Parts: sequence; structure tokens; C-alpha cells
Amino acid sequence: MNGIPSYRIERSAGANRWGAAILLAAVVALLSLPAWAGRAEMRLLIEVSYYLALAQAWNLLAGYAGLVSVGQQAYVGLGCYVFLIATAFLDVPPLLALPLTGLVVTMIAVPIALVAFRLHGAHFAIGTWVIAEVLRLIFTLIKPFGQGTGMSLPISVVHAISENRTARELILYYFSIGLGVGSVVLVFLWLRSRQGLALAAVRDSELAAGSVGINQQRTKLAVYLIAALIAGLVGALVIVEKLRITPAAGFSVTDWSADVIFIVVIGGIGSIEGPIIGTLLFFVLRALLADYGAWYLITLGTIAIIVMLKAPRGLWGLIGGGHNVHLFPIRRNVQLRFWR
Amino acid sequence: MSLLRTNGLVAGYGDFQALFGVSLSIDEGETIAIIGSNGAGKTTLLKTISGLLRPRHPTDIEFEGTSIGSLEPEQIVARGIAMVPEGRRPFPSLNVEDNLRMGGYCRRAGPWTLERVYQLFPILGERRFAQSQALSGGQQQMLAIGRALMANPRLLLCDELSLGLAPIVIRDIYAAMPGIRAEGTTMLIVEQDINRAFAASDRVYCMQKGKITLEGRPSGLTRDQIKLAYFGI
Amino acid sequence: MYWINTVVQGALVGGLYALFATGLSLMFGVMRIINLAHGDFIVMSAYLAVVVMGLLGVDPLSSLAIVVPVMFGIGYVLQRGLLNFTLGGDILRPLLVTFGLSVVIQNGLLELFSADSRRLQLPWLETASVRIGDQLAIGLMPATVFVVAVVVIAALELLLYWTTLGRAFRATADDSDTARLYGVNNRYIYAMATAIALGVVSIAGVLFGIRTIFDPTIGPARLLYAFEVVIIGGLGSLWGTLIGGVILGVAQAVGAAFDPSWDTLAGHVVFLLILLVRPQGLIPKTVGL
Repeated sequence: MNGIPSYRIERSAGANRWGAAILLAAVVALLSLPAWAGRAEMRLLIEVSYYLALAQAWNLLAGYAGLVSVGQQAYVGLGCYVFLIATAFLDVPPLLALPLTGLVVTMIAVPIALVAFRLHGAHFAIGTWVIAEVLRLIFTLIKPFGQGTGMSLPISVVHAISENRTARELILYYFSIGLGVGSVVLVFLWLRSRQGLALAAVRDSELAAGSVGINQQRTKLAVYLIAALIAGLVGALVIVEKLRITPAAGFSVTDWSADVIFIVVIGGIGSIEGPIIGTLLFFVLRALLADYGAWYLITLGTIAIIVMLKAPRGLWGLIGGGHNVHLFPIRRNVQLRFWR
Repeated sequence: MSLLRTNGLVAGYGDFQALFGVSLSIDEGETIAIIGSNGAGKTTLLKTISGLLRPRHPTDIEFEGTSIGSLEPEQIVARGIAMVPEGRRPFPSLNVEDNLRMGGYCRRAGPWTLERVYQLFPILGERRFAQSQALSGGQQQMLAIGRALMANPRLLLCDELSLGLAPIVIRDIYAAMPGIRAEGTTMLIVEQDINRAFAASDRVYCMQKGKITLEGRPSGLTRDQIKLAYFGI
Repeated sequence: MYWINTVVQGALVGGLYALFATGLSLMFGVMRIINLAHGDFIVMSAYLAVVVMGLLGVDPLSSLAIVVPVMFGIGYVLQRGLLNFTLGGDILRPLLVTFGLSVVIQNGLLELFSADSRRLQLPWLETASVRIGDQLAIGLMPATVFVVAVVVIAALELLLYWTTLGRAFRATADDSDTARLYGVNNRYIYAMATAIALGVVSIAGVLFGIRTIFDPTIGPARLLYAFEVVIIGGLGSLWGTLIGGVILGVAQAVGAAFDPSWDTLAGHVVFLLILLVRPQGLIPKTVGL
């Protein structure tokens, strides 16, 4: 062999055309849904969007950055209360309050991260849980927000979103699916970027990554903040949807962590497709087992255990990932060409 | 019948193959040395014999006539093979005596007891309750050897005893070898220090890039032969 | 005097918290697993006592004679049959499997026992107290719990430093591969560690059930307390967990003295402060168990 082989960088080509097509079809269906489906379907999709967004965020944290958090409910709850405070107490217009909530929650996440990052691995997981509990307890004790019984979104705020109930539903719907789809796109773009490559490097080997100048702390912080942002926005939408919030609901570890974790684990950690599949499966299971109370969660937990043991890459790993199929192309392959 | 025999042993770490067909045999009572430069596969060989690594074909390693390639390390030490690992690896949170007692965990009968080890290495007896981390490099090496002896092995594997130690310390350690031989223990010593290896052993193997490149009695090998086998030059 | 009483009560509760933490600490030391279902096993033990008491008509303390061995056995089987297969890779697997386990246990207990709260009745111990001097009254129950905690920790220290099994635990915690070179069977050692951890947990669970009203969902809160105690006291030190337990107990008691609903929060805040100021804990050991 003489000379240095030339190379070029490619992303996997074939299946990602399917991915684009499927995504496009899904987006069209979602956008047009209010025209051909009823209120119940819209509500369902709103909920699906929350979980999709949270699942993408948690996958980014745990699957790519190695940060297993059991405390994302901190930011969902914060999102609820920050939106409440902004609109009810500070008279911020609701449509402005939404992005503002995202910003504020992300800012609060910075000092929290500094505390949480003193822990690693399993300790980090529980530490984030403790922090979420601290927030829940604080909001349970603060009088102006109704303490344990919570608080409702004032009528004035509700009307400020829109006088017309149908219009409010539509606004909520489009913001929600915007968040859901937007999270997928955001995570996809981020992972394709230089930061994303840095993240994959950090995940694979912190030591090696550090030796080529990648700043782990900054990378991890960036991921943590993205996840906090997404969770905060979910929180804001939740209170708009439910019109009232209690600390127990806003900071619920079951709703905003356990369910999300199961979604990502069963769907497939470490891929963008996994959380999407996991979310769909979660809602199917929920519909099937809704009448069985505790058995529903027992089933979910058992499936998660079995998946973690037998198929660590989840459903997506079984279906597609194993064959190196990616609907969302984020890996880069080095194609070597040798001179003759 | 040889005590230990390997036939075309192939082993490695995941995708990375390190041994490309190693065949050697050791008879009871012998002291065999394996020399070779870094990366020759010497440590991989010892790890495979002791069970920390799996050979590709379990039948490639035979001890006392039976194949041991599919056994776990704890089963292999029970059969009578003990290793002094590369880098000593004393248990940091155990003191000297506890480290030695761990060697005797598998409870094999034999001449090696705490008292016997303290006779061989008096300094260990003097510092029996010291934390193993507080010992000097040479003392830790003695501890590691003593710990392996406590397993009363028929075959003792020694991985790079002289690594990182001053010559005078190495001399003290190798001074204990006759005492170990006298108890009838067969030894397989891996060394980068050729002189030490030759002085201590009955037969020598040389390895390079995962293969055996030379074999013979120390006295019967010429300098050029060794250079070729060791470096490939 | 009111404050001295408060602090003493808190310190005694710390004994219970130390018991919560000891099992967690043992499992983490030997296997580097944090069992997210730890708190749920505490609650499970209390419910097991309910069953035993119901079947045999004995009091809670006597039920320990059955509860402890049963939980010990469950721990052994759990590790050998399930958790051993999560080891040797990244932290995700043991973490998520035990998380799934936590959800399964909580909801299993809900199905079996309903969400009603209950308490293990031991009237004579619950209300008895001893007066010290004029102003200080120490409940016999809290004092007993504290003494039990000290005895259990002392027994574990004895096990770790004076027995072959304990030596094997420490060696495995240090370097499991080298331990195997000398005959230690990892799978067995891990199973014994979990068995002992759950045995201790069951003692804590029954004592807890006598002291407090419980229901299937309160496991996670105990996990958080246990974890906080381990971090405050310092990873790798059993006596550290006693000190950590006392500190957490006192923090909660002082918080409650201001306002009863502030107890848990006070504990969390102290934990976070210590995390900020001295993350290695108060009595850290640099290596091993």
C-alpha cells in the first residue's frame, strides 16, 4: 500500500430517507389533526407530546451523557410554578410567559447542576431526586401558592390565552406537539453538531475525550440545561392544560421520572428512535391495562427489568439498531479509500 | 506427564488477539522462565492460565492431564495454580496479615502457613499489622508472593517480580526462590530482566508478538539467538 | 431544656436511620450497586411482619425471628438470581433494574395490602419512657432502636474484620479479580452481601413499623434518608453511618421543632449543605469497605 488513504465522512444514507419521509408524514398528520379528530384525541396527543419531549431529554441525559437523573420532575414542577407566578402574579402575557418560563427554569438549573455534579453515577441519580424533593417540599410549605392543596390558574390568565375555549385548545395543542416534535429535532440537531460528537466521545471514554481537549463538565452542563429547558416547558404546558397545580402533581416522581424512564428503557436508550417507540408503546400499554390499577405499573416495571437484562438497547435495538439502521442519521462513518 | 501443558493456545481481549498459538510444557519441580519485551503476550499467557481470561479453545490448557480452559479462576486456584499478579495488587484496605490470610482462602493443604511465610520473609512478620499500602515496593512484592504461597499451589505463576524495583530489592526477592523450590513448588516466572530469569530457571521460553520464538536451557542459548528471539532483529 | 430534649430525640431516631443506611452502604461497598428498591424492602419487611403476626399471633419483636431469615433468603436469591446479571457493565443496568424492582414491589404491596396505613402494635414499648433528671424523658422505644443500631453495626464490624467472610467482602470490595485468584467466588460473595444487607434492612423495617404508620408507597422516602446518611457519614465507614444517622435525625428534629412539616426538608437541606461543603462525608475511608 503506498500513500495515505483518502477518506471522506459520510452519514448513513439509506434508511434516513425513510426517516425523513416518516417524520414528514407524521408532522402533516399532526398538524391537520384538529380538522379530522375530536377533543379526546387532541388531549391524548398533548399528553403524548409531553412524554415524548421528556423522553428525548432523559435519553440525552442518560443515554448520551451518562447522567442518570431521577430528578427531572424538579424542572417540570418548576415550570408549572414559574408560569403560574409569571402570569398570575406578574401579569406577564401567557404566550410570552411560555418561553420566559423555559428561560427562567434553565437559569435555575445552573446552580442546581453545580450541586448535583458533585455526585457521580448512582449517587447523582439519587441526589437529583433529593433536590426535586426539596423543591416539592418548599412549594408545599409556601403559603401564597396554596401550599399542599395547590393553586389554580386565574380566570384572567385563562382568558388572556384566548376568550374562546376551542381556540385555547388549539393553542395548547399546537404548542404541545411543537414541543414534542421540537424536542426530537433539537436533540437530533444537537447530536449531529460538534457538541454532539463531543458528547459521544465523552460517553465512550472520559479520559480520552479530556486528552483531546473536550471539556466534559461544559458538555455535561449543556446537556443538563437542555433537559431542564425541555422539562420546564412541559411544566408550563401542563399547568395550562390542567388549569391547576399541586406540588405533589408538579413534582411527581412517578409521573415525570418513573414513567419517562420506563419509556426510554423499553423503547431503547441511546437512540433518538427509541424514545419515540417507547412513548407509543407506553400509551398503548396504558390504554390496555388502565383498568387494572397497580398491575399496570407492575407490568411496566417487570418489562423494564426484563428489557434491561435481555435487550439493553430496548425495542429499537431489537428491531433496527442492531442492524445499524438509523432513521435519524447522526453517526458519522469514515469511508476509507485506498490508492491502487 | 507434564504438570502444565498448553497446545497452540489462542487468547485475547475482545477483538484484540494477543496469543497466536503458544505451546509449552512444564514438568513438576521445574522453574521455567518466560522472557520477552512489552506486549509480547507474557502477562496474557499467565492470565489465561490462571483463568482471568478465556482461551479460545478450552482444551488448549491442561493441568495434571485435565483441561482447565473453561474453569473460573477460583476453581483453578483450588486445583493448585496460584498467581502473583503483575503490579503486586495487594488488597489496599487489608493489612499484611489479612492479605496473607486471603491467600489461604481456598484452604488447600500444604507446607505454606503464616509462620512459614513469615520465616521466608521476616520483614512481613515484623509489619504484620501494617496496612499493605504502607509497605515499600519490595515489601509489597514479598507480600504478593507470600499471599500466593498461602494457597499452597503446585504451580506458582510469577508475573514480572522485578517490575519497578531497585536491583538490591530484586536481589532480596530472588533470594527467596530457593526456599520456595525446596518445598517442591513448580514455578513459571515471567521476566523482562533476562539475567535474573536465566539465573533462576531450569529452562527458558522467549516470546514475541504472541508466539514462542525460542526455547532451551539458559546455558545452551547464545546471545544472538536471544536477541533474535526477543527483538526479532 | 426543650432543645436538649429535641436533640436527644433526634439523635435516637438517628439510630434507625443508621440501620436504614447500613444495608445500602454494605451493598455499595462490595458491589458498587445502589439498590433503588432499598426503601421498598424496608417497607416489605414491615408487611412481612404483619403477615407473620397475623399467622402466628406473635408480637412484632418476636416476628423478627421469621422475618429476618426470610429477608436474608430473599436477598440471597435476589442477588444470585437477578442482580448478579446486572454487574460488570455500566451503572445503567443495576440502577434501572433496581428502579423497576422498586416500582414492582410498591405496587405489589399495594395489590396485596391496599393503600391503608397501618402500624405494628407493641403497646408496652411504644409508650414507655425513662426520665433522666428533671426535664429529659427518653422513650424506651427510641432508646431500644438506638441500642439495636449500635449492636448491629458492631456485629457487622466484627464480621468484616474478624471473620473469613468479612475478609472476603473487603478483598472483593477492593479488587474482585484478584480476590478470585485466591478462591473467592464473586457470585456467592455478592449474594451474601445482599443477604446480610436485607437482613439488616428487615430489622430496621420492623422497628420502623412499630414506631411509624406505614403504607406501600413510603419506601422511596426511606431510600433517600438512607442515602443521605451514607453521604453525610462518609462512604465506606459503618460507624460513619451511625454518625450520619444521628446528624440527619437531629436535623429533622430541629426542623420539626420550628414546624412539624419542616422535618424532612430540614434533613434534605443539611444533606445538601454537607454535599456542598464536604462531599466526601465526615468519616470517609479512602478505600474499600
